Parts: sequence; structure tokens; C-alpha cells
Amino acid sequence: MTEKKDVSKQEKKSETAKAGESRKAAETERAIRPPVDIFEDESGITVQADMPGVSKDRLQIQIEGDNLSFIGNVDIPVPEAMDALYADIRSTAYRRSFSLSRELDAEHCEAQLHNGVLTLRIPKREEHKPRKIEVQAS
Amino acid sequence: MFDVLSVFDDSRFDEFRRMQRELDETFNAPFARSIRSVATGTYPPVNVGSTPDELDVYVFAAGVDPKSLDISVQQNVLSISGERKPIQEDGAKYYRHERFDGAFRRVVTLPDDADPEQVDATYRDGVLRISVKRRESARPRQIEVK
Repeated sequence: MTEKKDVSKQEKKSETAKAGESRKAAETERAIRPPVDIFEDESGITVQADMPGVSKDRLQIQIEGDNLSFIGNVDIPVPEAMDALYADIRSTAYRRSFSLSRELDAEHCEAQLHNGVLTLRIPKREEHKPRKIEVQAS
Repeated sequence: MFDVLSVFDDSRFDEFRRMQRELDETFNAPFARSIRSVATGTYPPVNVGSTPDELDVYVFAAGVDPKSLDISVQQNVLSISGERKPIQEDGAKYYRHERFDGAFRRVVTLPDDADPEQVDATYRDGVLRISVKRRESARPRQIEVK
């Protein structure tokens, strides 16, 4: 029963295919929380998120103050007469957000989308890169 | 000694138990899961849709090299297996590791009228779509009255 509802949602989404409205859809629809990997090295933080079905033009990355969020809408052509028999994925939107810390340089954040995996690279500000502190012998 | 347990001997808790039992009956009992079903949240998620002409299986396998995917049909069982390689960067410290890595396998039981000779697979934006055509004879036909 819920599967059928999802298919009708997908149809609704294809009607409102405008990029601006895709964000609204992601907010109103119950969005999937995509699984992420987050790791840090000396020069910055990398975030990877699984967002299968999202194409480049349906992905939005927003940085507002220290808040980073990424929203994506699934864009899969589905035949009109389709009945859903089984569904693990019951939404057409992904959404997740994180708060950044001050040493990260959000302005120089870089994003890549490849095979449904989003990779965000947020560099650290120059002055915050780790320094070795020498101990002076007295 | 077990006085403290008597706290739960309360009609409100009876009510909760009754609700719990009813929920269990409503949500669990009617759905005997398939013998080949997997736990919720298993990678990769799969959706299956059906049209009068074909059966479409969508495998949400982000970040997989399409060449590494192995798709096969045996009898009426479609199986998809592959591997997602972990990205291990030297000197990186992980905070979260929620994404799956390693070998995976999902299996879909096809309906009787599926034609294992006519299977088509495409991979785009991390979604593998497998279309299995139905046999001609099984499709609904309009019969004209002469």
C-alpha cells in the first residue's frame, strides 16, 4: 500500500521538475538520511554521502553560517503504468546537515558527484593547520 | 523482594501490553517474509516495480564500479552481486563510517511469466536498473468479438 503511494509521489515530482521547487519537495517530503563517511586529515575534512539516483542538477549544497546541508532529489524515469511490488527506498529525496566548526573554510568547499556518491571536501583555514611546537631546551 | 515489580501491575500497563500485542499482530503476523529476504537497511536497497510488459528492479548501489557487478538469472531467481571497495586514505581519521563497504548480494524472485532470456541492465547515477521482460503469452490481450 505504501509502495503505491511512493510511486504517485514520484509522478508528482516529475511534474514539478523545476530546480527551485525540488528543494521545497525535499523539505516537505520525508527525506532519507543518506549514510555518510566523515574523515579528517591535516588539510581538511572530507564528507562522503550515498545518494543513488541523484543527478548533478538535482543536488543542492547549502552553507549558511556554520551549517552545511545537502539535499538531493532522485531522478529516475519510471514507466507510467508501474505498480510497486517491493520498496526499500520509500522517498525521492535525501537530506542531511551538519554544523561546521570555525577552523573550516566553508567558502572553499569543493563538491563532486560520481555514481551517486557525493564527496565534499572542506579545507581548513591556513592559520588552523596543525603546527609542530618545538620544545625549547633551557 | 520483588515488591518493586508490582509497580507494573497497573491497568495502564495492561493497556500498553494490549496495544503492543495488537500492533504486533497487525504489523508482523500477516507478512511472512520471503525466505530470501534481508534485514532492513541492508546494502544495496532494492525497489521492484511491475508493468504489464516487464518487471523492473532498481538497485540503489551508489559508488560501485558497474563492471564489477555480477547479474545472473537462474530458474526464476535474479541475483545481483558485487563489491564496493573502501576508500582508505592515509593519515585520515574517521569520525563516521556509516557507508557500507565490501561484498554484497541481493536476490529477487521473479514471477513465473518473466523471460530470463530478455534481461536488460543499465547503471546511472548509482542506480542499477534491471528490466526483465514478461513472456508474450502472459501479457493481457484484448479479444475481439467477431
